Amino acid sequence: MQNAVELKNVSCVFGTVHAVDHISLEVLAGEFFSLLGPSGSGKTTCLRLIAGFERPSSGSIVLLGKDAASLPPYAREVNTVFQDYALFPHMSVLDNVAYALMVRGIGRLERHRRALELLEMVKLRGMEKRRPAELSGGQRQRVALARALVNKPRILLLDEPLGALDLKLREEMQIELKSLQRQLGITFVYVTHDQSEALSMSDRVAVFNRGRIEQLDSPKKLYEYPETEFVARFVGSANVLAGKELGLDGGKFAIRPERIRIEPGRISGTNSLVGRLIDVHFLGSQTRYEVTLVNNSTIRMTVVAPAGGEAGLEAGSEVTLTWNPGSLRKLREGEA
Amino acid sequence: MRSSSSIGLKIAAGMGLLFLHFPLLIILLYAFTSEDKTYKFPPPGLTLKWFAIAASRNDIWEALFLSVKVAAAATLIALVLGTMVAAALYRSSFFGKDSITLLLILPIALPGILTGLALLTSITRAGLDPGFLTIVVGHATFCIVVVFNNVVARLRRMSYSQIEASMDLGADALQTFRYVVLPNIATALLAGGMLAFALSFDEVIVTTFTAGKEETLPIWFLSELFRPRDRPVTNVVAIFVIAVTLLPILLSQRLTQSFEEMHGGGK
Repeated sequence: MQNAVELKNVSCVFGTVHAVDHISLEVLAGEFFSLLGPSGSGKTTCLRLIAGFERPSSGSIVLLGKDAASLPPYAREVNTVFQDYALFPHMSVLDNVAYALMVRGIGRLERHRRALELLEMVKLRGMEKRRPAELSGGQRQRVALARALVNKPRILLLDEPLGALDLKLREEMQIELKSLQRQLGITFVYVTHDQSEALSMSDRVAVFNRGRIEQLDSPKKLYEYPETEFVARFVGSANVLAGKELGLDGGKFAIRPERIRIEPGRISGTNSLVGRLIDVHFLGSQTRYEVTLVNNSTIRMTVVAPAGGEAGLEAGSEVTLTWNPGSLRKLREGEA
Repeated sequence: MRSSSSIGLKIAAGMGLLFLHFPLLIILLYAFTSEDKTYKFPPPGLTLKWFAIAASRNDIWEALFLSVKVAAAATLIALVLGTMVAAALYRSSFFGKDSITLLLILPIALPGILTGLALLTSITRAGLDPGFLTIVVGHATFCIVVVFNNVVARLRRMSYSQIEASMDLGADALQTFRYVVLPNIATALLAGGMLAFALSFDEVIVTTFTAGKEETLPIWFLSELFRPRDRPVTNVVAIFVIAVTLLPILLSQRLTQSFEEMHGGGK
C-alpha cells in the first residue's frame, strides 16, 4: 500500500534553532499516527511541514506519492484541525464548515447539503446558524473537525486538538476521534504532548525530543521496550539505573514501577536491592512507594503495587525491591 | 465620604466639559441671530434667514465640494496604502522595523507646519502647480497613519491561524484576503477611514501650504474672518461642519465597540 506521508531527512531551521533536525518517517495509509513530545520538541513544526505552513530547509516531503515540499498549503490534499480551532468568527457554523467547498466554487445548495451532513456526523445539527462565539469549547472543536473533513481529505492533521478541553470531555473526544478515524478510513497524523492520549489512540507513535525522533513504534512496544532514557521517562514513568548499581555491565537500564515487587525487611538474593521507604502515596486502586537505595541514597526508585499490600510498609522502614530480570530494559546511549 | 468626593469630581468634570463645549454652543446660537455684526447677548432676535443665504452662496458650495473631494481621495489612498503597510508590518520582525513604524507615524506627530513647508518645497522643486492633487497628497500623509493604526491593531488581535486555516482549506491568497482578512478588518477600515475623512475635512495648516489658489472649506472660514460679510453665515457653515465631522467619529466609535463585543474583548 502507498504511504500517506513520507519525510526523508527533513530539517527545518529557524535562525540558529533546528526545530526539526534530519527527520525521516513514513506514515501508512489509514494509520492513526501520533507525534508525541514535550513542547519545543519539533512535533508541531513537523506537522506544519506536512501541512505546508513551513518550508523544509532540506529534505523531501512526499504526500500520497507526490512530491509536496514546494506546494503551498492550498494545493495539498491534507486538512488541519488547529489547536485554537481557528474558526472564522464572522461566519456561521454552517459557513465555516462549507468554506472549503465555497472557495472551490461549489454552489450554495450543494455545499450547504454537504456541510449539514458533516454537522450531522459530529452531532451538531441544529447549531448551523450560530456563530463560533456562541458555542462551547467542545462544540467549537467539533466544528473545526467537520470543517477540516468537508473536503474529504485522505490525510487529516490534528494539532493538539483536545488540548483546550477539560479532562472528561477530552476522554470522550478521544474515543470519538478514534472511531471516526476507523469509520472514515483516512490517515490521522496527531500531535500531542499527552503520552496517555498517544498510547490509547495511536497505531504508531513517533516520540520527539529536541527536533529528532527518539523512537518510532507501536504504543505497546514503546511502553514495553523503550530504547532511550528519554522515551522510558516520557512514555509512562520509569526507574533508570546505571548497570553498575545492578551488578551488570555498563550502560543504563530502565524498569517500570509496576514491575518491581516491594517487601518489608532486608532479604538477600539476586535481582534485588535494599532500600529505605521514604514515602507512601495511596492512589485508590494502587499505591505508590518512593524508595532510596541503602548503599546510594541519591538514587530514588518508584514502585507501584496494587492497593492492599501495605502491611509492614511504613515510611522510614527498610524494604527489599525485587524484579524479574526480563523486566529490565537496556537503554541506548544518547542524550537524556 | 466617598459620595461627596465623587460629587466634587462630577462638578469638575462638568466644568471641564462646559469649558470645552461652551464656545460651540455660542456658534450654534449665533447662527440664528437676527443681527449680523456683533455678538450681542442675548441676540436681539432669532431667524433662519442665514441658512437660506448660506445655501445661495456659490463660494461656500465650491469650497464644500472641494473639501469633500479632497477628503474622499485622501481617505481612499490612505485605506489602500495604510492596509498594505499594516499587513506588511504586523507579523514580520526585521531589522529596522521599529524605525519604519516611527517614520510612518511621524506625519501625525510632527507639527503640520513642518509637513506643509516640506511638501511645498518638494512641490515647487518638482515643478508642480499646487492644487487639488497636492492637497490630496498632503492630507494622505497623515490619513495613512490613522488607517494604519486601526488596521494594525485589529490584525494583531486576529489569530493568524485563521489565515492558515483558510489556506489549508484550499483558498489562495486572494480568496483568503477577501473572505477571512477583509471581514475581520472591515470595521477597523471603516473606523479608520471615517477618522481619516474627518481629519482631512477640517485640516488647515498643511492645506495652506499645498492648496495654491484653491479654497477648501476651512480655508474659506479663515478668509471669511478677514472680510466679514454676513457673519452669521460662517456660523451656519460651522454647524454643518460640526455635523459632518461628528457623525463619522461617533459611528467609528460604535463600530470599534461592536467588534469588541462580538469577540468578547478577549484574545
